[in-house]
Parts: sequence; structure tokens; C-alpha cells
Amino acid sequence: MRLTTEQVEAVAVLARLGLEPAELERMRDQLSSILSSIEQLDELDTAAIPPTAQTIDLTNVLREDVAEPSLDRDVVLRNAPRQRDGFFEVHTPFGGGDAES
Amino acid sequence: MSAPELVWSTLAGARNLLDSRQISAVELTRAHLDRLDAVEPALHCHLERMDEIALAQAAMADKRIAAGNTTSMTGIPVSLKDVLVTRDAPTTAASRILAGYRSPYDATVVERLRTAGAVFVGKSNTDEFAMGSSTENSAYGVTHNPWNPERVPGGSSGGPAAAVASGEAIVSLGSDTGGSIRQPAGFCGVVGLKPTYGRVSRYGLIAFASSLDQIGPFARTVEDAAITLQAIAGVDRRDSTSSPLPVADYRSALGGDLRGTKIGVAREYTIDGIDPAVEAAVQTAINQLEELGAEVSAVSLPHTRYALATYYITAPAEASANLARFDGVRYGYSKDAPTLKAMYEETRGEGFGDEVKRRIMLGTYALSSGYYDAYYVKAQKVRTLIKADFDAAFDQVDAIVAPTSPTVAFPIGSRTDDPVQMYLADVFTIPANMAGICGLAVPCGFSDGLPISLQILGRSFDESTILRIGHAYEQATDWHLRRPSIA
Repeated sequence: MRLTTEQVEAVAVLARLGLEPAELERMRDQLSSILSSIEQLDELDTAAIPPTAQTIDLTNVLREDVAEPSLDRDVVLRNAPRQRDGFFEVHTPFGGGDAES
Repeated sequence: MSAPELVWSTLAGARNLLDSRQISAVELTRAHLDRLDAVEPALHCHLERMDEIALAQAAMADKRIAAGNTTSMTGIPVSLKDVLVTRDAPTTAASRILAGYRSPYDATVVERLRTAGAVFVGKSNTDEFAMGSSTENSAYGVTHNPWNPERVPGGSSGGPAAAVASGEAIVSLGSDTGGSIRQPAGFCGVVGLKPTYGRVSRYGLIAFASSLDQIGPFARTVEDAAITLQAIAGVDRRDSTSSPLPVADYRSALGGDLRGTKIGVAREYTIDGIDPAVEAAVQTAINQLEELGAEVSAVSLPHTRYALATYYITAPAEASANLARFDGVRYGYSKDAPTLKAMYEETRGEGFGDEVKRRIMLGTYALSSGYYDAYYVKAQKVRTLIKADFDAAFDQVDAIVAPTSPTVAFPIGSRTDDPVQMYLADVFTIPANMAGICGLAVPCGFSDGLPISLQILGRSFDESTILRIGHAYEQATDWHLRRPSIA
């Protein structure tokens, strides 16, 4: 299994990872090699096997819907790279340069 | 007891010294901080020292001891893997993207130890976001193995393992997603316990793979690991995957011989490339367990050979989702760029290291449209088979023993260019995470001055049995009493 450069680029876009061209090529080699070793799973016929997402025997863990104090806003914003008026600040996701995505 | 000897006390031993007022918690803490001064330059177990906090906690502990208000952990120096968030010290997950991050809250395990009166000596090193087998993926430099500084300490919890092995802390907490407690415990010659998935709350553990991650202790004896597990185990309403099953009394499970205990040996845990010294030491340990009264028999775990490939789909897939939160908006490193999308891409491209990017890419690919069934669903189905293997084996035996790792600690730099070779270091530990069961690593020998480790796997929520077996083995051997010659 050998990934194309275009495939690796497409995955990087999905993952929102900015990769340098040399990084992309190295990633292409390494991911191809890892995926080849993973192809070993094709030996197993799993058509009739149910999937396991997690191993603990708990479902629908519920609690009373009661409001409780949450973290102080100033404390939460302490780590914010950019903030304004008590909010996290980002560039507009609509219009501007992001219209295509 | 002199200060240099204090740093080698067990938790149980230090408890006696503290409660009988032969030493104070401040003295015990100072001895450990002095030890950090002496060996950190050579080992780099810690990313952040917490000297002032530790001394304040120790002074509080002395007051509690004077008032007779102690717990098992009061005044005990503990190191915390730097993926456990702490409100009074930075938490970085050894990543550039979290440089200087200050959590607004404590992880549940941190809160429990803090309430119990433990002393936090520092935040210990790890592979970035716990992704790795050697701590070489830390953005802040590798940790060196106390037994040989040219060797890796294992990983991802290399810092917490080396901290206990070198006398910097009496016990420590790490996390185990595919072997990240057991493998470094083995490489550093200490005891490491991965509890059953759901036994310990993951709230405040920076998530790597949410269906596999579990927090557990490093210690110098099985008894100390049992005491530490007792202090952190139990249901937590802030982690809906934490189990409401009652927590056993682990310490009272220790003692006695192994008559009537059924132990399985799986032939699938012999692979090409296993170090003959490891194989021989583990076989000797199995013979000793038999001499202690255990009934040893062969069991089969036929899908073991597929566990590594299954893991390298499941874990990166979960990681790619979990690490989406590092987007430069709410915390951590953020690159200012003209558009939101460019900000995301540049922040993440510059903030994450190579291995983390590799796993995000692998996971994103495995979850992407057109490949989801072929990779992710396939891996989930094979996971069912791996779990079924263990279920069938545990119908016949109470525990399964195996090597913790196929080799002893490898030289720093020897596997960094070959991810697939690096991943093989976890080939014997990954199946337990896939099945959710518990596993214990105990020292069982040396090869060329480097520790060898025996892994004891147990049924879900049956930590008591593997601790009892490990303790009986430990009582009959002296591997756990050896100390590295460093400084």
C-alpha cells in the first residue's frame, strides 16, 4: 500500500495540520509503511464479528440534570492566546480568506 | 536513617517512620528534593519541579500527622506524569503546543492524592501526549535510564518510572494506553500497574485514546503499588467510564503462597526477535511461581499477533479526535495567521512533534470517508476477537504471565528513525489495553546490567489476584531490592 502525495495532502487538510513539503514526503513513506503492516488484519474473516468500541460494561450513565457552579471565567480565559470582552477571540470563520473551507 | 537512605524507603516503610515520628514529612521531602538536585542533571526525569509546593504540602502533612489525622499517602513524595493536570503547576504533556499551560482544575487522581496529604515533587517527563515507547518524543528532551544513561527509560511514562527507580520519588503516577506504565516500569526495574479500564477515573488525564487510557502507579514494591492504587481507585461522577463496582482492599489481598492459583502461559508471547535473556529470565520466574504452589498451564491467545496492528488503527483514530481540541483558540501555543484555517494549520503544524503528527494523520486517514470500514471498523472487530481470547483463557486460569517487553531498554536514538520497529517495544503490553484487563510488571532479572520484567495479566477488576501473585514472587526473589549506581 503506497499512498500518493495527494492523498497525504488531503488527510493533512482534514486534520488541519500544516506540513512542510519535506514533512509531507516523509509522512508519505512512514504512513505507507505503517499501513502496509496493518494490512495483516485482512487475513482475518470478521464478517460475522461485532465491533468492540470500549470494554467496560456500562451504558447510558446518567445523573440528575442539576446546575452546579462551573469554572470561573477569568481562570478559564487565563490560558487564552487572544481574548476580548470575556470571550475567546478568533478570525471570522466566514467570508475573508476562509470562504472556501 | 540518613537522608541518602530515606530516598530508597518504601511507601510502607516511610509510613512507619512518619507515623512513629522518627522522621518528619519535611525531612523526607527535603531528602527527595536533594536527590533531585543530585540526579536530575544526568537523568532529566522531570519537566517541572514543585519544590515550594512540596515543602508546603510536607509542612501540612506534619501537622496532620501530629493531629493523628493521617492517610496512607500523607507526607509521601509523589511524582506525577505531565499528562495529569494540576492547578498549581504547569501541565505540558511534553508538547510545545501546551508550553506553560496552567490547568484551572486538578485531575481526579491529583485531587485524591492532594486530599490524602501526599507531597508532589514534580511533573515527570513523557513522550509527547504519551505517544511513544522511549520518552524520546518529549519536546523537552529525553529522560535517561537510571541503570544506564545511554539507554532509554521506556515510555511513554519514562519520567515517572525513572523517578521511582532513581530515588526521586517514593511512588509516581503514569498512564498506560498500550503499555506506557508496564514497559517503562520494566525498563527501569520498578513495579508498574495498569489497572482495569474504568477502575481509576481519567478525569484530568489529557486524553490520548479514550477507550484505552488508564492511570496507574509506579512503586518499588508490589505492596506500595497496592497502597497507591487504593488511594486513587473508584468511581468518579466526572468520568462516566469509571466503574461503580466496589474497590477491593488490595493490601489485604497480599500474602500467603500460591497454592491453588492457576497461572497460564501463552505460547503466543514468544516472538521472533525476543531477547534470549528475557525469555530465560521469564521462564525462571514461571518455575519459581510453580515452586510457590501455582498451577501453571498453557493457554492460547490466538489473536495476539494482530493486537499491534489493531492498536495502531484504534489508538491513532481516537487520538486524532481527542487532539482536535488543540486549535490555538482556548489555550496553548497559537500562531497568529491571516485566516482562521491558516491559524489552525500553522498552530498545529508548529506545535505538535513528529510522532504526534504521524498518529493524527494515521487516525484521520483511518476515520476518513471510504476507509472507515476497512480500517476503523475492521480494527474494532479484531478487538472483539482479542478480548474473546482473554475471556476464554480466564475461564481456565486466574492470571497469565508473559514478558513485559521483548527486550531490555534499548540505546537512545537506536529506533527513532523507524516507527514500526519502535512500536514493537509494546507488542506484549498492547493486548491488555485492547481487552481492558489489568496488568502488573514486576522486576524478574537483569541482562547486561539492565532490568528484565515479568508481566502478570489478570481478569477485569481482579487487581487483587495479580497483586497477590506479584507480591508472592517478590517475597521469594530480591530483584526489586537492587538499586542503580547512579550518583
